[in-house]
Amino acid sequence: MASPTTSATTRMTMIEAIRSAHDLAMERDEKVVVFGEDVGYFGGVFRCTSGLQKKYGSHRCFDAPINESGIVGAGIGMAAYGLKPVVEIQFADYVYPAYDQIVSEAARMRHRSAGDFTCQMVIRMPTGGGIFGGQTHSQSPEALFTHVAGLKVVVPSNPRDAKGLLLAAIEDPDPVIFLEPKRLYNGPFDGHHDRPVTPWKNHPLGEVPEGYEITPLGKAEIRRSGSAVTVLAYGTMVYVAEVAAEESGIDAEIIDLRTLMPLDLPTIQASVEKTGRCVIVHEATRTSGFGAELSATVQEACFYHLEAPILRVTGWDTPYPHAQEWAYFPGPDRVGAALKEVMEA
Amino acid sequence: MPDSKPLKLRIPEPGCRPGDQPDFSDFVIPRAGEARRPEIDSDPEAMRDMAFSIVRVINKKGEAVGPWVGALDPEELRDGLRHMLTLRVFDERMTVAQRQGKTSFYMVHLGEEAVSCAFRMALDDGDMNFPTYRQAGLLIAGNYPIASMMNQIYSNDQDPLKGRQLPVMYSAKDHGFFTISGNLGTQFIQAVGWGMASAIAGDTKIASAWIGDGATSESDFHAAMVFASTYNAPVILNIVNNQWAISTFQGVARGNAVTFAERGHGFGIPALRVDGNDYLAVHAVAKWAADRARAGLGPTLIEHVTYRAGGHSTSDDPSAYRSKEEGSAWPLGDPIDRLKRHLIEIGEWSEERHTQALAEVNETIRAAQKEAEKHGTLTSGNKPSPRSMFDDVYAEMPPHLVAQRQAGGY
Repeated sequence: MASPTTSATTRMTMIEAIRSAHDLAMERDEKVVVFGEDVGYFGGVFRCTSGLQKKYGSHRCFDAPINESGIVGAGIGMAAYGLKPVVEIQFADYVYPAYDQIVSEAARMRHRSAGDFTCQMVIRMPTGGGIFGGQTHSQSPEALFTHVAGLKVVVPSNPRDAKGLLLAAIEDPDPVIFLEPKRLYNGPFDGHHDRPVTPWKNHPLGEVPEGYEITPLGKAEIRRSGSAVTVLAYGTMVYVAEVAAEESGIDAEIIDLRTLMPLDLPTIQASVEKTGRCVIVHEATRTSGFGAELSATVQEACFYHLEAPILRVTGWDTPYPHAQEWAYFPGPDRVGAALKEVMEA
Repeated sequence: MPDSKPLKLRIPEPGCRPGDQPDFSDFVIPRAGEARRPEIDSDPEAMRDMAFSIVRVINKKGEAVGPWVGALDPEELRDGLRHMLTLRVFDERMTVAQRQGKTSFYMVHLGEEAVSCAFRMALDDGDMNFPTYRQAGLLIAGNYPIASMMNQIYSNDQDPLKGRQLPVMYSAKDHGFFTISGNLGTQFIQAVGWGMASAIAGDTKIASAWIGDGATSESDFHAAMVFASTYNAPVILNIVNNQWAISTFQGVARGNAVTFAERGHGFGIPALRVDGNDYLAVHAVAKWAADRARAGLGPTLIEHVTYRAGGHSTSDDPSAYRSKEEGSAWPLGDPIDRLKRHLIEIGEWSEERHTQALAEVNETIRAAQKEAEKHGTLTSGNKPSPRSMFDDVYAEMPPHLVAQRQAGGY
């Protein structure tokens, strides 16, 4: 059994951090089972579950038929039995066949049965673009899940958080949608696609506790303190916002939300009340995106502190294109322009 | 170049609509006792014929005949008859209660009582059913309190589900009854997952999945079949073919296949059809499938051939889409009449005892209803508090829900 806390750290990519979280959770609790497409022998197309089948046996880590509804539906049955399934959907773009099982079943099990049955399950999926994945390997469907009562939605932005948040998600008594920004698996991509990406081994957030250390769900983290404007971001957009602040010279306070549901409103509110301005950045399409929820929430909570309209920088309301990827992607220029606009308002 | 003609579809239609004379002459029904009984460890390939036959035990005279004659003693058979009578009377009383405005909705089992009542007796405590809304016999035969079922139907302040679910969408983990969804077919794959979990945990319990003929079209049916097949999961996969999915006859879901049981063949899953109106046959086939699952031999697909003699629900009017005479023309008879005749035939029952038993069942249901109505109905008495609807969305209420509850004044 892993010790509950340890101060020893080691450099990991986000993939290694996610693998380490699986490993420690499986070692600690034999109720944790892992399955999904290609996750067994091969260890997943992104290798996040590599080595787990060899270490824990094929009853606890195995390949699933290519049927997302089946993967989530079987996971729900396992959770009803009392196991703690951690399932992988190969790409978030593939999750839609499982949507009914997630929305109508996993999310409502506790409520509809008044606690008779519950669904302690993690549904992991790589999300977001920037890898020339076209419309079926690039989407950011987080708002489809934040809209659903009963789900928790987590988007880590770095290896340290990915490990700690995944460990928390596995132990959370409710279903957790765990969206892994695939463009961040190997380094903190900031949207400058024509430049090399710093590998995680050269980034402080690539320093990951070796042991079993949970990062609590529902807590945002301020990535950059600033006084001029609050930027709400998550996943890849945290780094895009950082570089945009640097390049525009605007003293932005950048909040990495980490958990979208439940949302850490106190951290957001304190920052917006301090800066009086707010820019929301996400890669997903704009209309009815999570930014709309954030904007409404900030307006309700901070209206009398606002000195400018809240702005959103998002993906366009188009399918995610292939060749036009960087025209779609809300990169540093667009975020920087929004920062300037909100300062000039 | 071949002769090209405009293409056409086949849109399946039932043989009988309102005003037509019911005709079941093309429904091939083997004689009771005719279907063979393979060993549970037989090669699935060698049992393919079972998907085209029908296991039947009680013959027209009421005798139990053939290789599927089971191990139930007369006392157990009388229990079974009482369970079915209880379910039927329960349905009658709750239908009236719905008509009286005491609840919003109800669904009866008329004609299908043997399926869930007999099946339950082949399971052990600790096994888990993933039912549809038409298997309340699993609860009744499992001695779940009748008044608790009514409290759920009434959504009163003793409703175990706190007024959150439509009537009849029970949940009873301690009685091996998974929370009913209402979204069709989702439970079929969940049952397979539960069975897989039992095997992963090294347990001995088995799962039982339920679905109707219509919902076998759902993708989750096929997901369940492939998962059950791939992992050899300890699960019994039940299709209740009651001929009608609301107004859609079973041919629309079955398509060009001859039977629903046949769906098992593509997955290498042993598949049988059973006379769903024959208590003895349902029990025997269920026991056979449960023995297979418990022996590590994997899933079994059972098509229960029955007839939905009532409406789909209290919101349905079957006379709008099928002949009123079809139910009485249904060739497999009534499950209660058939078990009653069998018990009389073997000298373990009589008309007098039946009348007496029915009176007792009526009294039991009446007393339970009185008890339940003390706690209110949907339209009278105490209700679960609005405050409680914010509970159980999550294990721990997140701040936004606390805020919403306060804003609502609850």
